[in-house]
Amino acid sequence: MAVIEENPGYKWVGTRPIRPDGLEKITGKAQFGADSILPGMLYGSVVRSPHAHARILSIDMSVAKSMPGVKAVITSADFPDLALNGGSAGDIDMSNNVMARAKVLYEGHVVAAVAANTREQAKAAADAVIVNYEVLPHVLTVDEAMADNAPLLHDGMYTKGIDPKPEKPSNVASRVVHERGDLDKGFAEADLVIEREYTTKPVHQGYIEPHAAVADANSDGRAHIWCSSQGHFQMRAHTATVLGVSPGTIKVTAAEIGGGFGGKTVVYLEPLAVRLSQRAGRPVKLVMDRDEVFRASGPTSGTRIKVKMGVTNEGQLTAADVWMGYEAGAFSGSPVGAAGMTVIACYDIPNFFVEGFDVVVNKPRVAAYRAPGAPMAAFAVETVMDELARGINIDPIDLRLQNAVVEGTQASYGPKFPRIGFVETLEAIKNHPQYTAELGPNQGRGVAAGFWFNAGMNSSATVHINENGTATVVVGSPDIGGSRQSMALMAAEELGISYENIKPVVADTETVGFNDVTGGSRVTLATGAAVVDACRVITADLRARAAKTWDVEIDDVEWVDGQAQHVDGSQPPLSLADLAGKSGRTGGPISATASLNARGVGAAFSTQLCDVEVDPETGITRVIRYVSAQDAGRAISPAYVEGQMQGGVAQGIGWALNEEYIHNSSGVMENASFLDYRIPVASDLPMIDTVIVEVPNPAHPYGVRGVGEVGIVPPMAAVANAISDAAGVRMKDLPMSPVKLLEALNEKGK
Amino acid sequence: MSRRHITATINGDEVDFLAEEGSSLLNALRDEVGLTGVKEGCGTGDCGSCSVLLNDYLTCACLVFAPEVEGGTIVTVEGLANGGELHPLQQCFLEGAALQCGICTPGFLMAAKALLDRNPNPTETEIRYALAGNLCRCTGYDKIVRAVQEAASQIREA
Amino acid sequence: MARVHLSAGLRDLTGGVANIEIEASTVGRLIKSLDQMFPGIGSRLSEGSSVAINGEILTDAEYEKIPASAEIHFLDILQGG
Repeated sequence: MAVIEENPGYKWVGTRPIRPDGLEKITGKAQFGADSILPGMLYGSVVRSPHAHARILSIDMSVAKSMPGVKAVITSADFPDLALNGGSAGDIDMSNNVMARAKVLYEGHVVAAVAANTREQAKAAADAVIVNYEVLPHVLTVDEAMADNAPLLHDGMYTKGIDPKPEKPSNVASRVVHERGDLDKGFAEADLVIEREYTTKPVHQGYIEPHAAVADANSDGRAHIWCSSQGHFQMRAHTATVLGVSPGTIKVTAAEIGGGFGGKTVVYLEPLAVRLSQRAGRPVKLVMDRDEVFRASGPTSGTRIKVKMGVTNEGQLTAADVWMGYEAGAFSGSPVGAAGMTVIACYDIPNFFVEGFDVVVNKPRVAAYRAPGAPMAAFAVETVMDELARGINIDPIDLRLQNAVVEGTQASYGPKFPRIGFVETLEAIKNHPQYTAELGPNQGRGVAAGFWFNAGMNSSATVHINENGTATVVVGSPDIGGSRQSMALMAAEELGISYENIKPVVADTETVGFNDVTGGSRVTLATGAAVVDACRVITADLRARAAKTWDVEIDDVEWVDGQAQHVDGSQPPLSLADLAGKSGRTGGPISATASLNARGVGAAFSTQLCDVEVDPETGITRVIRYVSAQDAGRAISPAYVEGQMQGGVAQGIGWALNEEYIHNSSGVMENASFLDYRIPVASDLPMIDTVIVEVPNPAHPYGVRGVGEVGIVPPMAAVANAISDAAGVRMKDLPMSPVKLLEALNEKGK
Repeated sequence: MSRRHITATINGDEVDFLAEEGSSLLNALRDEVGLTGVKEGCGTGDCGSCSVLLNDYLTCACLVFAPEVEGGTIVTVEGLANGGELHPLQQCFLEGAALQCGICTPGFLMAAKALLDRNPNPTETEIRYALAGNLCRCTGYDKIVRAVQEAASQIREA
Repeated sequence: MARVHLSAGLRDLTGGVANIEIEASTVGRLIKSLDQMFPGIGSRLSEGSSVAINGEILTDAEYEKIPASAEIHFLDILQGG
């Protein structure tokens, strides 16, 4: 592990104890989304559109209603039409995605739902719902959707960001632009210009736990939801919006979450479960089949990206011209905005023009997926960077080092970078023994880099000191990959007590203050900052209580190693247990809450090194060695930082080599199972070596930057560059499947 | 609607339960027996989250009809520990941070147990192929493979 | 005076103006001043933007204080995974 700054004497931060929720998860006790079983609970089933684009002419529920065990049936008529109630455009889209109104916009779009005594009865009733459709022409790709006279998904969609406002509606929701300098001048200064065009397919987050929700509605209008999500406060807010009720009437308990990667920030089943429960007067469980997860949740955008970049023979980048079309799925909101801001953010380029389009198509609405928007853009730019380096005969890391953004560089998206660790990740890979290790026949090596902003946002935490001096840390951020551990480690450091004496708890929406979603790599930074703040209120309180006990001024008391000490040593120290045990005498129970909108977000960079072996007869690419170097700021919980880095790489390798949504000409997904949508398995991958680079974020009490997302940005380009090195072909369309690679090899052999 | 009465030895105890003819073992274990440690990730035998040992064979509970297990022996993740003492695999998964979200963990533990029961000294490649029927989306498998290697070593030395 | 940089996507409202110097003590007051100069930009900035003050990206920053001679950038709101 490369540590840029030495650990400043932390006792707990940076250690690898057993995670607080581990035991429940290795014994089968942990309760995930589908694990709640309530007395009298019904099972729900959802009716989905078989068409990519169609008008709903009628829905006949009469047969379904009369079937055995059926207790409730609902359609869009059971939800308020937000378009008539002054709802925002975003809320109307959300509601129409939860339950189609008038038109279905993708195969899998919900048109009705039922609840019955058993799963089998619910499924049978769902099958008996008769929907009459008028099938409409559909569009599936950026090219089809942007074509002249393309069929429109939304009649009222006029492209935002174009002046003057377009006269005709289109499938382009918005346009984003970033520019600097003089593009023509920049390309004129270049000795080598490379221009390439890339496509990527929609890929799914692929969390192993399907979406699941149990709802129990009371006759007084209140409801309780148990669901797995990346943010139960967001589920509460969105469910309330779709149902047209106050969020305060809904309580959401966060089940353990079986993976999300951005895809579980979206409400799908919760409003349906509540409405069915209200209609039936019984609790209702809704669980998606894997097939439904693929057809109707996630994925991230398919894209078309054109990149033209210029470089001098001395290795100075002079210009970049980027065009990006991102599929949004059925409703506007692709991550093209972030793509535009990240696509060339690693480099200081004097002249550039970046233009991006958010394009609706008849596919499921895209959801966030780990560094949303950035990986596809990096695939394009980082492979062009590789071609530029080879073209001017310079080491690909040296080319990046020469143009890398550093503290004070004006970022391509506007502001100047604060302290960042990009150069340190490049150097970590350059100095890694793997970078110069010998390659065998048919093997090749590629590098690529990536950038992600990370997020701050709102968090609350409460810390209670128990009567024996142990502590309970209550947060409202669902723990998706070890955040309970990082919270407990920071609290242990602050309070000066053992990690084992701290119990972190993820509380429901009525037991802890508001928290934004677990996303944007923000929990260790923002919720962690709330925990640290609450602990500091407590240690200040503990000093005051010790001062009271000793009858001295608070300034004479320090909190050191979990105990109050008099500055001149004139009093025997008071431990947290001593003070907690007698807290009644010094003012009552010891407890503190902190709530904040986190500031001081630190950007993250990753540089990765990939070795592949290409089988020239089959076109199969095997990743044989992999190294990921990432600036974590400070790794509070290094084992789980490594886990985030390794997981991001594995998803990126799947995106690079196997994964894609395959739609037939009718707009029906043809590979909606884990058999046909193949995510990497253990035998596909090597060990994934990690180098945690620590360039502390100066704005966070422990230097945290956030680690969850940036790791998925470089892999596709790293794999593509390695394939090029191994096989001499440049792959420009993801996934780089054996069939495509074989075609490219045959073409090259001609 | 006909529900069958089924008797099987589950995690060492003889257990009775009712299940519909067409019910999967997965749904019966979760809904009727209350063993929700057996997870559903796909329902089609592709993800391994519902892995159990059925008559000592690693089995996807979603691919077996509940009535098929009449008289059989089933071990689920809930039966992996020996009373309060964790199985070495469980201990090594904990210590090696071999789980992130934890949804696939029960299935991985059962698949790894099935491997080590028949091959106490597997190579890394053997471990990777033995676990290839179990999907994990969080870890990239690195720490899972290492945890199984460590557990195998501890079991051999015990 | 704060130096305000307006992204290319906002320049349809500013008649092409990309940089401007304005005296404002908070982000909210800055947005108000900008809206007086470029009608319509206020709602776009307060609903659809993050703001970076001297390089630090902030959301919900209406009451954020602007230090003397700060560099201000308005950015698209980002979604995380």
